[in-house]
Amino acid sequence: MSARSRRLLWLVVVVVWAVPFVPLLIWPFAGSWLYPAPLPTIWGDRAWSYLASPGARVGQALFNSLSLALVVAFAAVALGLPAGRALALGRFRGRGLAHMVFLLPAIVPPQAAAFGLHATFLRAGLVDHWLGVALAHLVPVLPYVVITLVGVFANYDASFEQQARTLGAGPWLRFRAVTLPLILPGLLVAGLYAFLISWSQVLVTLLIGGGTVTTLPMLLLAFVASGDHALAAALSLVLLIPAFVVLGAAIRLSRTAGTPAGGGRIA
Amino acid sequence: MRLPPWLGLLPALLTIAALFGGGLLLALAQSLGYWPALGRAVLSLDAYRAVLAEPSFWPSLTFTTWLAAVSTLASLIVGLFAALALNDSVLGQGVTRYLAQLNLPVPHAVGAVMVLLLFTQSGWFARLGTSLGWIDRPADFPILTHDPLGAGILIEYVWKSTVFVAVSVWAALQSIDPDYQLAARTLGASPWRRFSAVTLPLLRPALIGAATLVFAYTFGGFEVPLLLGQRYPSALAVLAYRDYVAVDLDRRPEALALSLLIAVVTGVVAAGGWWLQRRLAEEGGPRR
Repeated sequence: MSARSRRLLWLVVVVVWAVPFVPLLIWPFAGSWLYPAPLPTIWGDRAWSYLASPGARVGQALFNSLSLALVVAFAAVALGLPAGRALALGRFRGRGLAHMVFLLPAIVPPQAAAFGLHATFLRAGLVDHWLGVALAHLVPVLPYVVITLVGVFANYDASFEQQARTLGAGPWLRFRAVTLPLILPGLLVAGLYAFLISWSQVLVTLLIGGGTVTTLPMLLLAFVASGDHALAAALSLVLLIPAFVVLGAAIRLSRTAGTPAGGGRIA
Repeated sequence: MRLPPWLGLLPALLTIAALFGGGLLLALAQSLGYWPALGRAVLSLDAYRAVLAEPSFWPSLTFTTWLAAVSTLASLIVGLFAALALNDSVLGQGVTRYLAQLNLPVPHAVGAVMVLLLFTQSGWFARLGTSLGWIDRPADFPILTHDPLGAGILIEYVWKSTVFVAVSVWAALQSIDPDYQLAARTLGASPWRRFSAVTLPLLRPALIGAATLVFAYTFGGFEVPLLLGQRYPSALAVLAYRDYVAVDLDRRPEALALSLLIAVVTGVVAAGGWWLQRRLAEEGGPRR
């Protein structure tokens, strides 16, 4: 390919990928933007002052989204850490099968499982409850965490632990002083992807949260239904900015952790 | 005492078994009419019969399959060629690489909002078109959201999935030995032949993996068809959700049957993709 056509291709890629963000960045600052004006006729902060008002319940939704994503990420990494290690380093029969079992919930949409759990969660008082939503988020999150951690442990040299053992270190000291520092970047990458997956959940939250556990995506659905473009765009930015910060951190960390950027994530 | 090497699997495996496996089993039981809470415990295939008899089922199945097939195919082709074109140039390094991943963390619900703001008949493109004198009024702009073909849904899916495919292809390209290309070139292979006989076969496992994930996601997708689709026919996930939250509780077994259908189709596609990857790995492996 010639240098010129390459530059053209680059331009096409940038335009196609960046243009959809443009109206999303303009709408939140539009006071009045009637068809066919290409830009708002009056600029203003109507959308933001509404989002900041108590009636919009953005604070509660932000708190729910953040706390769910953080706790689910932490729990998934804690649960997935020994599994990632066993799958990457262990030699035992049925390892391929175990791999499949972890891959399956990453592929099969979580909704059938969520529908199935609904009645049981209802009896247990977990429906319309933060904890129930957190448990349900683990279904789509945990497989990705395990897959990422298998990658982390694939580049891990367990002989360092052996040396620490020879020097008399107990299991906890070996984990804290040897294993953890070596895998920490990888753990953080796995946790950041877990955060993003929980952060984007819609159907599972809607079903188990039942409209009581309001997260940012729940509010977004309501704003879109109301037809107010400025509100929908402003709330989209509230959802996007933390997501970009998290992805940026994950990309930076994955250089040191040796895991692929993007983490093989689609949802 | 030495601990068995599989012990570490247990925390995650039990969680998956309880929440995912348990959830699916409960869904199966309830789709067969086992609802003690509703005072019912007779197993029957009524829900499945009702789903098949529901007039909205077949159009929804066709529509969902169409969405999944088109988005998978389009994102595979565009993602593959974008990755190849950007990979063998300096532009593929550094900035572009990160810029291209810009939409990876965008939640699909936000992606759907972006499509709404751009592509409705009074969206940004229609406004720009009017300002430039290309169209006179909103009605002149093609209907691209809430349309029978699901154009808006396809735009969102392809926009996001293409990047996913490209990132997968990129990762696979890194592991291809450049000597293969050199050998083919030395033997006088044309650029097309080098691509079709050398690069493409080596990329097949990555492409199959990406295609499986894109198909499964788009087949079970909920929020994008909810926000950008017509009310009828709707995607299967939306239909299942409407049945589940319907005032009439008798519709719940149907909702479960529908969601299990989605699970089975995506599970079969996943198994097929896995089997294909294994077969390719066997025949593509080093020969003795």
